[in-house]
Amino acid sequence: MTQQLSVKHLLGIKELTVDDIQQIFATTANFKDVINRPIKKVPSLRDITVANLFFENSTRTRLSFELAEKRLSADIINFSASSSSVSKGETLIDTVNNILAMKVDMVVMRHPKPGAAVFLAKHVKAKIINAGDGTHEHPTQALLDAYSIYEKLGTLNGVKVVIIGDILHSRVALSNVFCLKKLGAEVMVCGPVTLIPRYISELGVLVENNLQKALAWCDVANVLRIQMERQDIKYFPSLREYVMLYGINREILDNLKKDIIVMHPGPINRGVELTSDAADSRQSIILQQVENGVAVRMAVLYLLAGRID
Amino acid sequence: MSSRLILNPKNFEITINRLCFELIENHDDFSQSVIIGLQPRGIYLSNRISSQLRHFLPGKEILTGNLDITFFRDDFRRRENVIVPSATQIDFIIENKKVILVDDVLYTGRTIRAALDAILAFGRPSKVELLTLINRKFSRHVPIEPNYVGKQIDTIMSDKVKVSWQETDGKDEVWLFTKEKEE
Repeated sequence: MTQQLSVKHLLGIKELTVDDIQQIFATTANFKDVINRPIKKVPSLRDITVANLFFENSTRTRLSFELAEKRLSADIINFSASSSSVSKGETLIDTVNNILAMKVDMVVMRHPKPGAAVFLAKHVKAKIINAGDGTHEHPTQALLDAYSIYEKLGTLNGVKVVIIGDILHSRVALSNVFCLKKLGAEVMVCGPVTLIPRYISELGVLVENNLQKALAWCDVANVLRIQMERQDIKYFPSLREYVMLYGINREILDNLKKDIIVMHPGPINRGVELTSDAADSRQSIILQQVENGVAVRMAVLYLLAGRID
Repeated sequence: MSSRLILNPKNFEITINRLCFELIENHDDFSQSVIIGLQPRGIYLSNRISSQLRHFLPGKEILTGNLDITFFRDDFRRRENVIVPSATQIDFIIENKKVILVDDVLYTGRTIRAALDAILAFGRPSKVELLTLINRKFSRHVPIEPNYVGKQIDTIMSDKVKVSWQETDGKDEVWLFTKEKEE
């Protein structure tokens, strides 16, 4: 059986079809099997070179991509903006074209500006994987979140997922909304009014400002970090007040009538959006998300590499 | 396209049984041997062989697994489409075991070359053998020969061999399809 992704780059979840996502999931399951073997490496991408361009800080995503590339036997080069010619005034296209001149086939890019990946895909000759572009999309995170729920519950159809926290600044939230909606899940966003984008209900998601009500409704709670670095003005009076209204702890989880699944894309601010006893509880699948992240990224790299001319 | 039946259900059964006896001759009670079927089509043969072996060797454990070689293929990115992998299921240790790779049709040998790579991810077998139901002679791209053969046939590139299984197609049969010469 053979099938092709409908896209040549992974720029966002918005452009993917349901078939694409299902194919990525099927391939992810195979790679998850591979990374749990004694020898975790396969030779599929041995003739491919991948450049990891990180114009913004990242630990988990960069390590996860790097590991995924290495386990597929690709050659890789790493690049971070702080130690490069970008600080000398080079443009994005020039930087990338110079790297591509060294015969690079795929580019994994994180950039602080929304749309940077789309822009790059239009102007350079390489397969682009968006590893987060500003407040726009973070497709591989959404895929691994959705895959983790799918793995735990066996389906996404009709599953009720609430995304809690800083929705306004979160690319994870937007990609998650697109991905979960495509797969038939019901999605709610929950947070202070100031951190919920005004027209988000147009995407077909429910909006709730009361954490208790949101948790009582959901099967899965995906808890996001408050992105202080993206907040140019004060969106809530104090962190203490945020914790009182939106922080999740063991007691809140215990008071619910059911066992909900707790997720977090990382990095966690312990004691803010999640307390340690909630983050480390048996309901939490945070570390499974990280494990699935490598498998999902292997699947994306593998399937897109198949489209290199 | 003309077609010819090269193995009917009766001979199919005789052939499977003969292959089982050849295996027993070399592998005794299978305590040190494992059977690995190659996805996607080889697993029907490996499952059939192991269930017959259990019948001939009552009480003996016949370890059987499935191996998918998609990620080890040498034609990735050289084909039109990406190949969708099947599941690998090997729930035992193959270190120091005799591994019998099983596939339905041996043609270019490239699948087996990839399988030899893939199997190493599960440990170092003491020996690897190859069992195939149909051996298409004179069409090899790599120097690989089977240890156990159901039936040898001489074919050319444009020929096609189709193995049907009771489980999926309702009948155990092997057909050879030959392209008619253009006058």
